[in-house]
Amino acid sequence: MEDKFAKTEIHKPENIVYKKSDLMVDRPLSYCPGCGHGTAHRMLMEVLEEMNIQDKTIGVSPVGCSVLAYDFLNIDMLGAAHGRAPALATAIKRLWPDHFVFTYQGDGDLAAIGTAETIHACNRGENITIIFINNGIYGMTGGQMAPTTLPGMRSSTSPYGRDVPTMGHPLKITELVAQLPGVYYVTRQSVHTPNNVRKTKKAMRKAFELQKENRGVCFIEIVSNCNSGWKMTPVQSNKWMEENMFPFYQLGDIKVDGKLIEKKETVE
Amino acid sequence: MGELRLMKGNEAVAEAAIRAGCDGYFGYPITPQSEVMEYLMAEKPFERTGMVVLQAESEVAAINMLYGGAGTGKMVMTSSSSPGISLMQEGISYMAGAELPALIVNIVRGGPGLGTIQPSQADYFQAVKGGGHGDYKMLVLAPASVQEMCDHVKLGFDKAYQYRTPVMILSDGAIGQMMEKVVLFDQIPRRTDAEVIEQCPWASNGRPATRDHNIITSLDLDPAGQERVNLKLQAKYKLMEQNEVLYEEIQCEDAEYLFVAFGLSARICQKAIDLARAKGIKVGLFRPITLFPFPVIEVSNVGNHVKGILVVEMNAGQMIEDVKLSVGCKVKIEHFGRFGGIIPSPDEVVRALEQQIIGG
Ligand SMILES: Cc1ncc(C[n+]2csc(CCOP(=O)(O)OP(=O)(O)O)c2C)c(N)n1
Ligand code: SF4
Ligand SMILES: [Mg+2]
Repeated sequence: MEDKFAKTEIHKPENIVYKKSDLMVDRPLSYCPGCGHGTAHRMLMEVLEEMNIQDKTIGVSPVGCSVLAYDFLNIDMLGAAHGRAPALATAIKRLWPDHFVFTYQGDGDLAAIGTAETIHACNRGENITIIFINNGIYGMTGGQMAPTTLPGMRSSTSPYGRDVPTMGHPLKITELVAQLPGVYYVTRQSVHTPNNVRKTKKAMRKAFELQKENRGVCFIEIVSNCNSGWKMTPVQSNKWMEENMFPFYQLGDIKVDGKLIEKKETVE
Repeated sequence: MGELRLMKGNEAVAEAAIRAGCDGYFGYPITPQSEVMEYLMAEKPFERTGMVVLQAESEVAAINMLYGGAGTGKMVMTSSSSPGISLMQEGISYMAGAELPALIVNIVRGGPGLGTIQPSQADYFQAVKGGGHGDYKMLVLAPASVQEMCDHVKLGFDKAYQYRTPVMILSDGAIGQMMEKVVLFDQIPRRTDAEVIEQCPWASNGRPATRDHNIITSLDLDPAGQERVNLKLQAKYKLMEQNEVLYEEIQCEDAEYLFVAFGLSARICQKAIDLARAKGIKVGLFRPITLFPFPVIEVSNVGNHVKGILVVEMNAGQMIEDVKLSVGCKVKIEHFGRFGGIIPSPDEVVRALEQQIIGG
């Protein structure tokens, strides 16, 4: 091997094309290999680092697989009770209005037990960013049905598939909060391909830029896989997500500059 | 001397919060304590001191707003009444576990369930014995006057920060609603952000490059770690038991009999003492002011020198358990209580003393 490819050479700043954000704590993530949570974490930290706002950012982690997000994100954080992150974020932002405040929440956290806190923080137009990881399942507790579980989709509490007449419809909470005047920017993204990762990062950047302008809630849904909960390999789960989740949870902007985007019919 | 005013107990709590330099109040309306938020909203504390007042969507949201605010080091409080306090229990347990300072004012009404909007002391167990899940305690203050409603706000905040713990003021609908003279303490300036950061190095309020990140959580998945958390909490409660006991003794010097009562019941007992002494019955009153830590030694010292003790509570007999544990079994200890929102009259308290203790 030529000298210039030696490890020390590669580590020279001028040769580095990509590196893990310094805001990611140097420790192994607790997530299953192939899970989208880790990628979403990394994008979030890259955005804070690029904006150089890490010293003015306060994050709120949920109860769910990302309960330990505070162990991986090298910023000041608070671990909320299940579903209550938007209530914490409300108080934090009101008490530290020149700080950046975000919540990071799963679908059970945000759209089931925490629905009231979600809707009301959104409706008050709190100047916060909400990162919503929708994997259609309760990952942490072992794959139970979530409010976002698709019709017919199997989980440990819908072993024969979600039966809509008895178990209810999947909840498009993102479309719901987009209706609220307190919400300024709503988008649905994914982190399963490099292109989608780039789009997600751009959306996060936009959300934090808007937070600086006190525009109200910026809400980013990330449709993500839960290979363990779905009982698939990571590759299978991403394919399944494209084929089943995306037709129902269509990717793209839902509300921009406080205005709802006209959308073609979504597949029910 | 501070400013003298005629105020409702609930209003005194609100005014004291502003003057104590509180940073944020988060609450949800419920009788008989809605005057706290109403007073605050009318006073525009944001203009007076920069204090934030926010009407939450529920008590669940309110207590978690407290958790959020307290986790950043800010001085926060809520107020509610029994059903609302029940809803807050998960959040209070989280705050105890995460060691967060905050003040929770409970203007108790009769239960169970929706119960009644009338005053009660039926939530003594809930306040003093934990309430939520896990082995935790709160420092619990029991004011017996509008003056104490005011003073306990300041005291409560001081102790909340000293011990990094939620503190509860356990009052009731009568003290919340009644008007009395109160001497208000002077305005204490709200701390600046820089002061909060300096005074609360544990708080999550933005990590400067000079320190590691702060994490506010009540989670430790490692049993050894979680046991350490518990041991630390228990050590803190021990310290409170040693240093924070507050109580009042009224006409105990020559007493042959003793009332033990807190809050409103203690006020009634004071009247009952006058009536009883007019009849020649030498009775005194021991009033715990902190319910946790309970004045174990102090009530035992007085209690073991009388012929009998009547514990008077507006419940079916809750604090009596702590009185019995403290005093032991050498002295006769009986309970007299009315509940469901009924306030006992001094006459019936004297009658109960005569029948259950002196005659019994
Ligand atoms: C009050 C309360 N109820 C239930 C739980 C158990 N619980 C923990 S995580 C979770 C679901 C998490 O699912 P989700 O929010 O979708 O996150 P994911 O793990 O899928 O990322 C549940 C029900 C809890 N911790 N607290
Ligand atoms: S259980 Fe699912 S959501 Fe949780 S880490 Fe594993 S793959 Fe990710
Ligand atoms: Mg989930």
